[in-house]
Amino acid sequence: MKIAVCVKEVPEGGSARRIDEQTKRLDRSGERTLNSFDLNAVEEALRLKEAYGEGEVVVLSLGPASALDSLRKALAMGADRVALVSDDGAAGSDLVATSRALAKALERERPDLVLFGQQSSDSDGAVLWAAVAERLRLPAVSQAAELAVADGTVTVKRQTEFGYDRIAAPLPAVVAVSDAINEPRYPSLKGIMGAKSKPQETLSLDELGVTPELVGEPGSRTEVLALNPPPPRGDSRKIEDDGSAAQQILEFLVERKLL
Amino acid sequence: MLSKAATLGDAEVAGAIVGAGIASLAQEAGRHGASKVWIADDPALDSPLPQPRVDVLARIVRDGGYDTVLFAASVLAADVAAGLAARLEAGLNWDLVDLSLVDGRLVGTRPALGDSVYVDVGWKGGPQIALIRSGTFEPVATGGEAEVVQSPVELEDFSTKATMLERAHAEQAGPSIEDAEIIVAGGRGLGGPENFALVEDLAKALGGAVAATRAVVDAGWYPYSAQVGQTGKNVSPKLYVACGISGAIQHKVGMQSSNTIVAINKDPNAPIFEFSDLGVVGDLHQVVPKLAELVRARKGA
Repeated sequence: MKIAVCVKEVPEGGSARRIDEQTKRLDRSGERTLNSFDLNAVEEALRLKEAYGEGEVVVLSLGPASALDSLRKALAMGADRVALVSDDGAAGSDLVATSRALAKALERERPDLVLFGQQSSDSDGAVLWAAVAERLRLPAVSQAAELAVADGTVTVKRQTEFGYDRIAAPLPAVVAVSDAINEPRYPSLKGIMGAKSKPQETLSLDELGVTPELVGEPGSRTEVLALNPPPPRGDSRKIEDDGSAAQQILEFLVERKLL
Repeated sequence: MLSKAATLGDAEVAGAIVGAGIASLAQEAGRHGASKVWIADDPALDSPLPQPRVDVLARIVRDGGYDTVLFAASVLAADVAAGLAARLEAGLNWDLVDLSLVDGRLVGTRPALGDSVYVDVGWKGGPQIALIRSGTFEPVATGGEAEVVQSPVELEDFSTKATMLERAHAEQAGPSIEDAEIIVAGGRGLGGPENFALVEDLAKALGGAVAATRAVVDAGWYPYSAQVGQTGKNVSPKLYVACGISGAIQHKVGMQSSNTIVAINKDPNAPIFEFSDLGVVGDLHQVVPKLAELVRARKGA
C-alpha cells in the first residue's frame, strides 16, 4: 500500500512571525519547521504501514529547496521517501496554484491513500485537501479522528461540531486527519541518523509538466492588498480578588448593559 | 450574510439551499436580502458530505452567472468552498471578518498570525469565493420575497464515492455556542471535570452557553461540541467569561473577537489578561459561584 502525506514547511510559531510589508508575503526567512498538524498525518501513515505490515510512506511538499531540512523530520520518524516540488516559479502560490502543483505530483506517485494534516499554522487554512481531491477526482473526507483501511476501503470517524460521523470511501482516497487522531512519535536517534540516506527527490515544475502561468503569483486567484494593525480593544481593567471580585464583576456587567 | 451581501453595491443577491427536505427555508432567505433562492433538494444530498455539494453549487454558479460566492464558515463549508474553488479555478479567501467594496472591487479582511495583524485580501479574476467567520454579520430582516428556482441535481461519479455509515447527533443541552450571546468557558484551571458544574451554573444564571478549551476536551472533561479555539469553534458573543483559562494562542484565536471578555484566573501572568476587558486574579472556585449567586439575585429580585 502506498501512502502519500502532503506536508508543509512553515515559519516557527509565535510572535516572531510577520508578513513582509513590501512583498505582502509571509516572511519565511527565520526558523522553520514542519507544520505541526502535518505530523499527525505522517504519524497516521506510519501507523497504517505498521498495521499493514508492508507499504511505502512518501512525503510530498511544495516549497523552496531548503525545505528539505524540515522534511527530513518525517524521514526520521520513519517515512520512506521525500519528494519536494521546488521551483522559484511556485513561490507565492495560493490555494488554487498550490493544489495544481500538488495534484500533478500526486498523479505521478499514484498512491492508494493521500493524507493531509488538519490545517496550516501559517495561513490558518484548512482547505488544501478538498482542492487537491477535486483535481484528482477522488473521494475526500476531512477531520478524521480515527481511520482504518481494509479491503480497499478507508473508514473514517469524522469529528464534527455535532459529534462523530462514520464515513467510508473506496481507495484511492484523500483524507485530512484531525489533530485528535494521534500523538506523533518523536524520531529516535537511529531514525535521525538514518534519515540522511533515505531518498530525497527535488522536482521542478517542468518535470511535472506544470507551466509557469499555473503557479506562483500568475497562477493564483487571490492576493494580499494591505496589512493593518488589529482593531484596539479599548481600556481593560485588572483586579485582585479581596473577597469582592464577584460583586465587582456584577457591577461591570451591569455597567456594560450585559445583564 | 445575505443581509451583508445585499448592502454591497447593487449586487443581485441570491441564496442557495442544498440538502434534502429543505424547500421550506427558501422564504426565510428572501426575507433577509435574497432576491432569488436556488433550491437543490434531493435525498442524495441528505448526508452532510461536501463533494456532492460542490457539483450542485458549480452548476448554480454557472447557470446563474454569479461572480461571487459567500459561505458561512463551518467544517463542511470549508470543504465545499475549497472543492468549488478548484472546480472553478477560482480564488478562495477564508477566515474573513469583513467584506467591502473598494473602487468597485470586493475586498475581504481577515486576521492572521494569531490575530496580530489584519490583512486586506482580494481576488484576481472570478468567481470570487469567500469563507466568512461565523457570527460575523447580523441578519437583518428587510422583508421581501425571493423568486424560488429549482436546480437540477447531477453529481459526478467521484462525488458520491464517500458514503455516510453513521451520522453524528447533536447532543447538547442549552443554546449552541456559535449562536450564543453569552458564553461561560472553562479551562484547565478548573482542576477537574466535576468543576464544570460551576461553569454550567454561572452559564445558566446568565442565560448563556458553556464552552471549553481544547485541553479539557482532550482530557475528556467536556464534549468537543463545546470546544472553542483554533481546532474548535470560533465564537464572538457579547460576553465571554473565561474561567481558569490561560489564554494561549490556540484558544485566543477562537474567542478574541468577543465584545466583552471577563477572565478569572489565579495566575496574574496569564496571557488572557492581555486581551480581556476585565481581568480578575483570584480563585475561580470562590468567585464563580459567588458571581452566579449575585446574578441570580439581581435577575430574580
